[in-house]
Amino acid sequence: MRRMSFTNLVALALGLAFLYAPIAILIIYSFNGSRLVTIWGGWSTRWYTALIEDRAMIDAALASLGIAIVSAALATVLGTMAALALTRLRFRGRLPFAAMVYAPLVMPEVITGLSLLLLFVAIDLDRGFFTIIIAHTTLTMCFVTVIVQSRLVGFDRSLEEAAMDLGCPPGRTFFAITLPLIMPAVIAGFLLAFSLSLDDLVIASFTTGPGATTLPIRIYSEVRLGVKPEINAVCTIFITVVAVAVIAASLIGKSRDRGRGLALTT
Amino acid sequence: MGRQPIHPRPGSAFSLGSKLAVAAPYLWLLGFFLVPFLIVVKISLSETAIAQPPYTPVLDVAAGWQGIRDFVAGLSFANYITIAGDDLYVFSYLKSLKVAAVSTALLLLCGLPLAYAMARAPRSVRPLLVTLVVLPFWTSFLIRVYAWINILQRDGLLNQALLWLGLIDQPTTWLATDTAVYIGLVYSYLPFMVLPLYASLEKLDETLLEAAADLGCPRWRAFFVITIPLALPGLGAGALLCFIPIVGEFVIPDLLGGSDAAMIGQTLWTEFFANKDWPVASAVAVVLVVLLVAPISVYQYLQTREIEGRPRGRPRGGRRGGP
Repeated sequence: MRRMSFTNLVALALGLAFLYAPIAILIIYSFNGSRLVTIWGGWSTRWYTALIEDRAMIDAALASLGIAIVSAALATVLGTMAALALTRLRFRGRLPFAAMVYAPLVMPEVITGLSLLLLFVAIDLDRGFFTIIIAHTTLTMCFVTVIVQSRLVGFDRSLEEAAMDLGCPPGRTFFAITLPLIMPAVIAGFLLAFSLSLDDLVIASFTTGPGATTLPIRIYSEVRLGVKPEINAVCTIFITVVAVAVIAASLIGKSRDRGRGLALTT
Repeated sequence: MGRQPIHPRPGSAFSLGSKLAVAAPYLWLLGFFLVPFLIVVKISLSETAIAQPPYTPVLDVAAGWQGIRDFVAGLSFANYITIAGDDLYVFSYLKSLKVAAVSTALLLLCGLPLAYAMARAPRSVRPLLVTLVVLPFWTSFLIRVYAWINILQRDGLLNQALLWLGLIDQPTTWLATDTAVYIGLVYSYLPFMVLPLYASLEKLDETLLEAAADLGCPRWRAFFVITIPLALPGLGAGALLCFIPIVGEFVIPDLLGGSDAAMIGQTLWTEFFANKDWPVASAVAVVLVVLLVAPISVYQYLQTREIEGRPRGRPRGGRRGGP
């Protein structure tokens, strides 16, 4: 492999600096001892200790976590089903189905939020955690579908065929062969759905009800009033959790892949 | 679609599992994506009422045919006439389209060199580079916008740095300007632009560039004649993946932008939450979708081709390259 040109190295360095500098600054300033966010008052963890007493913030974080876990699980099941249906099956109404799967990916969030809210009002459903879960499942299942679908398209079906030739029923073939093989994509889909749900402000604001405050809604209402050191601390914790989860997931994925590669070749 | 199975698989046609795999997501999307949107269309044709729900007419299915007739007779286009006649809405739409177009162009300018450099990097470091570009995307959107407030505020780091460098004499206002909105948009949407571009640039056959060089084509020319045309599908997908959501963007203009000229997402939000005018908010949403139908269709076409057309062009397992 030939060496990279100087311009390419500069492009990479600038691009990555642009992506990471604001986050790095945010993290550094969360350890600022001064209440004035722009003046450096020495290292301190006082904003983290202040956070432990912020009951409302902790409740919001727990609510967000619960919603994200449930909606990501639902979205993973539904999204994987949709991916299987789109790649494997021919059925009437396939085209509108594909259109409905890809549309939410780019649909502006204000429209998805508004339309779901109007549905909940029309069917007289009390708004709260439950409605946010439905809304997030609808949005994130489409992302799961796209990820799983891209794995299924390049899928070698000879193992499935071998199993079925040997008399394995379709249902068992799916759980014994297909599912383990597409598992990395399913896990990636779950993680993406989880982080999208954890992150969403607009759709949650539309579909929430009295008493159901998620972390983004809480942060947003604080941020509108200006920068606060406590928010820097919340954001830093959030970033750390997500970064650790993503890196762990990618390491697990890699070692699983490597293990499987060995198992298949030997 | 052109793929034929080697031999028919038993049970793959209409087993119970297959039926469920189609029916469950299909019904979910019908119920929570299509039907809600039809309700938006319906309410956009209703009139504002001071009631709960704040609109009339309400479809009264129990009243049978008469109910439906009353409902249809009550429909009105008044909200659309309001939108078309009021500069507030018209400017809002125009502003959104302008901001989306400009920021998509900026994203291309920033994303193309980055994606190109990633695709030309040694094969061994490419997965790491992809992870590095995607990682910020996994952290909260809201947090990333908030991080920029830290930097752009009047006594923030940008002004401090510029003052220290002697480039400016007194603090400049960055926050609550269009510049801040563009910075926020480019920052937040960069991965969406870089990844599709990278995917198509990475597939690029380098022997084509070598052939061009052998025939005496300068490198900058080969870039425009060979690389860009071959990267067009990724470029199109990336541009649409940014353009469409940016038109309806709410959080970034709300937190970083000024209060003078709102984008349409903000107008819809205000109409709904502050003015509680559901019918007008719905009409704003319907017009927005109509504006976006063309780009969304092109995007869906590219997406379908990208995902379902993949095995046709390339031998199986070819993407991974060497052994």
